[in-house]
Amino acid sequence: MPTVSVKRDALFEALGRTYTDEEFDELCFEFGLELDEITSEKTIIRKERGDGKAEGASDTVLYKIDVPANRYDLLCLEGLVRGLQVFKERINIPRYRKIMPPKGEGQRLIITEEAAKIRPHAVAAVLRNITFTKERYESFIDLQEKLHQNICRKRALVAIGTHDLDTITGPFTYTAKAPSEIKFKPLNQSQEYTASQLMDLYRTDSHLRHYLHLIENKPLYPIIYDSNGVVLSMPPIINGDHTKIGLNTRNVFIECTGTDITKAKIVLDILVTMFSGYCEKPYSVEAAEVTNSNGKTHIYPELAYRKEKVKPEYINKKIGISETPSNLAKLLTRMCLKSHVTGNGNHIEVEVPPTRPDIIHACDIMEDAAIAYGYNNIQMTIPKMYTIANQLPLNKLTELLRTDLAAAGFTEVLTFALCSQEDIADKLGTDISATKAVKIANPKTAEFQVARTSLLPGLLKTIAANRKMPLPLKLFEISDIVLKDDSTDVGARNYRHLCALYYNKNPGFEIIHGLLDRVMQLLDVRNEENGYVIKAGEGSAFFPGRCAEVIAKGQSIGKFGVLHPDVITKFELTMPCSALEITIEPFV
Amino acid sequence: MSPSVAELLLRRLEREPEAGPGGGLCSLEAAAALGLEHQALVGAVKSLQALGEVIEAEPRVATRWQLSAEGEEAARAGSPEVRLFRALPPDGMPQAQLMELPGARVGFSRAMANKWLRLDKEAPGGPRVFPAVPAVQDAVQDSLRRVQQGDAAGLPERDRTELKRRKLLLEVTLKSYWLRKGSAFSTAVTRQDTELTPDMIATGSWRQRPFKPYNFAAQGLPPECGHLHPLLKVRTQLRQIFLEMGFSEMPTHSFVESAFWNFDALFQPQQHPARDQHDTFFLQDPAEALELPPGYMGRVKKVHSQGGYGSQGYRSEWRVADARRTLLRTHTTACSARLLQRLAQQASFTPGRWFSIERVFRNEAVDATHLAEFHQVEGVVAERGLALGHLLGVLREFFSKMGITQLRFKPAYNPYTEPSMEVFSYHPGLKRWVEVGNSGVFRPELLLPMGLPEDVSVIAWGLSLER
Repeated sequence: MPTVSVKRDALFEALGRTYTDEEFDELCFEFGLELDEITSEKTIIRKERGDGKAEGASDTVLYKIDVPANRYDLLCLEGLVRGLQVFKERINIPRYRKIMPPKGEGQRLIITEEAAKIRPHAVAAVLRNITFTKERYESFIDLQEKLHQNICRKRALVAIGTHDLDTITGPFTYTAKAPSEIKFKPLNQSQEYTASQLMDLYRTDSHLRHYLHLIENKPLYPIIYDSNGVVLSMPPIINGDHTKIGLNTRNVFIECTGTDITKAKIVLDILVTMFSGYCEKPYSVEAAEVTNSNGKTHIYPELAYRKEKVKPEYINKKIGISETPSNLAKLLTRMCLKSHVTGNGNHIEVEVPPTRPDIIHACDIMEDAAIAYGYNNIQMTIPKMYTIANQLPLNKLTELLRTDLAAAGFTEVLTFALCSQEDIADKLGTDISATKAVKIANPKTAEFQVARTSLLPGLLKTIAANRKMPLPLKLFEISDIVLKDDSTDVGARNYRHLCALYYNKNPGFEIIHGLLDRVMQLLDVRNEENGYVIKAGEGSAFFPGRCAEVIAKGQSIGKFGVLHPDVITKFELTMPCSALEITIEPFV
Repeated sequence: MSPSVAELLLRRLEREPEAGPGGGLCSLEAAAALGLEHQALVGAVKSLQALGEVIEAEPRVATRWQLSAEGEEAARAGSPEVRLFRALPPDGMPQAQLMELPGARVGFSRAMANKWLRLDKEAPGGPRVFPAVPAVQDAVQDSLRRVQQGDAAGLPERDRTELKRRKLLLEVTLKSYWLRKGSAFSTAVTRQDTELTPDMIATGSWRQRPFKPYNFAAQGLPPECGHLHPLLKVRTQLRQIFLEMGFSEMPTHSFVESAFWNFDALFQPQQHPARDQHDTFFLQDPAEALELPPGYMGRVKKVHSQGGYGSQGYRSEWRVADARRTLLRTHTTACSARLLQRLAQQASFTPGRWFSIERVFRNEAVDATHLAEFHQVEGVVAERGLALGHLLGVLREFFSKMGITQLRFKPAYNPYTEPSMEVFSYHPGLKRWVEVGNSGVFRPELLLPMGLPEDVSVIAWGLSLER
């Protein structure tokens, strides 16, 4: 969930009133936001870098507000204020307009075939006669960063470039060139670099190094030039210094390039709708023309308003309320979805603005009505259906056995289902290739390399962590292990195992044996020909001659015996130990 | 049977006058008189004390002088310096030879200090020792003998200190008791019994015997028993709540899942951050699901990439390779998706309620607030015409069974539910609202491709058992 940090006083000024922290928290909650933290720059710096560094930092109160991940229109102060003011019916929803410049005067961006192969899509627009202040400018930069981190998926899907239009001359060309052929002065640098040099320069940059992989291994790098060969940007890495915007910039050329055209259009729409309010003609955006590599021309931004027809009964029924159509239309309008009742009250016509790309289905409209109505005002009802509950037989058996094993004096443990390769192989005296273990491709630590194929390592690790406890230690666990299995759709399946361990100065084979007899007695399986039989067996984890195999219902269900001294040592234990591990699935 | 030490002691005490400050005897003397080890007598004193007021025993600490083993030797055969002097012939002896004599090292330095000897370093054949005085008195031996005779107190303080320093004399502290008759003195004491025995019950002897009082302030002995794991006890309670509410347990029997069921079937876009390597454990082996449901998969692909069922869809490329990837399920909602799709295959729809409490996995480095695996609790209700109000109602019942009655609901975002609500409960200890769960109504883009009828709504909620 993205967090937006806004200055409290600036927020209240824009909202036209002040709130106590509690009141504002309440407002956020109702609207689906979360006032996550109240802090200041000074506090943040102090927390991150210590008291000394915080000297002189601003004391201005900051609100950190958590915004739902699909609400890109609330990622900056401008959008938050607009959303809340409309919600509280203090302002009307602004209408965003696309202005077509006189023929021949508009900005054009041409995508070449080379660019199309690397990062195929581009969209563009112009914010004409905008007035920045320090706050607006910072918010503009900040919103781009928020969009980059969220919908743009760290610039992989879309990258934004904003430029001072008065420093460049169109038409602009979006092409791709070999890194050695690209040379320009990048943003905030004092000299020119080739693209290859830039890659080296940014390899240690705490911010930009995360984006290098997006183009690094491509033969050609994407690059945008103006008609005089001035570099606007090398997406998705860096803009040129030449076109840098500042507080005095009046006309902003925005380009978004990427691999996902839908998202590029959304990003452009969000950026221009949020900041066109500061233009001379508020909420107006000058269109730009983008020519694709195939010669087709598109006009951006789209700023599309979509009309949806929703039945009032649908909304009422899905929420569990009974509001009049006109009330529902009012509720929706408060959520920036301008609505009115049409026909003879059978339908509500909803206008989905370009700021709300999250509205993709009638259910999204219904949700907004519910939010405006107030989730906590909805009548709670209990479904009238009649159902008979069933337990999963395997879980029911597990529950019964757990209680009885505890009653038999053994203590239940809960261990991780993931472990290191060593735990299930080397430490148990076997090779990983013999285990049928499911392997994890991207573990963060060595403790999570594989899914366990046996419960035994987890129990032994539990003993190792509790060596100070008085002896004997008697533990058990009933849980799942995982083995590869080609007969399932996912190529693996779980088996429910029962594992018990006795750790003392003497091996206690007879104690574990006695526990097995008790388990079989509980399962009503007798120690006879057609019940369960114990045979001499062998296993790498067991001491030779001290391992027994358990045969039940005509199949081998597991083993028990005295653990091999090597196993004991490898788990950093010092006492003899006997163990039982069986599957309980045949008894379901 | 010969009389016990305690009996001997009591008989000896009987001869003493009545209880009171005047009478009594010392335990040391009594032991000597009775020919016993003092320690044995002390044992008897302790056991008699345990019987109550039979005897009075006042502990006393005394110091006594006693010869060390070396001191005993000196008292018997003379001090080392005198023995050395007496062993020396009048015409002297080579020093090397002299030092061979027993106790010579101590004796030589002492005798030299007393100026009893003369050492000629220039003598032919090496240094030679001669007597310097005609005869000597063994004052050390005399002193030690006086101590032996019990006259340590008669020795000058200076001599005692010197002998102690030479480790010939030891100062020992002696713990003893001054014994008197107690208020309940009797020579015929019966021992108090500590516990009832089968024999006492059989013979009825318990009727005549006194029993030792219990110390009720003592700790009891912890019972020898096994235990259930506390977190799994909570799991049992939650299962019970669901079963009471008519929820059946849904199959959750596979940690390994395909991205298709874990994400795509739930209308989670392929570019969603949860599908990142940072959040999800993907598998290296088996790396790909062997089978995805053919017709259904096509409908899922379409609703993602092009929309349908009244939805715009995500209008992004949808890759089957991404759906095929295997992973460790990140939520049990993957199991709910399988369940609902199976439900949709029935000839006619039957409503139902299901729950699961099962392990799920997230690619986290484990610390105090993060676990790579935890238990997700999930409840699902499928029925025609369910509303958000029903979800609120079911949540109220569920949480009130857990003892949580103060609830409020916050709008939230979830890719697979719309509306979505976070459930908050008021924590009286923390004095604030804390999130206790997440909930919502499954999106039509999730249900309709499965083939569920359009008027069927599915509400669901989830929380973490560990929380």
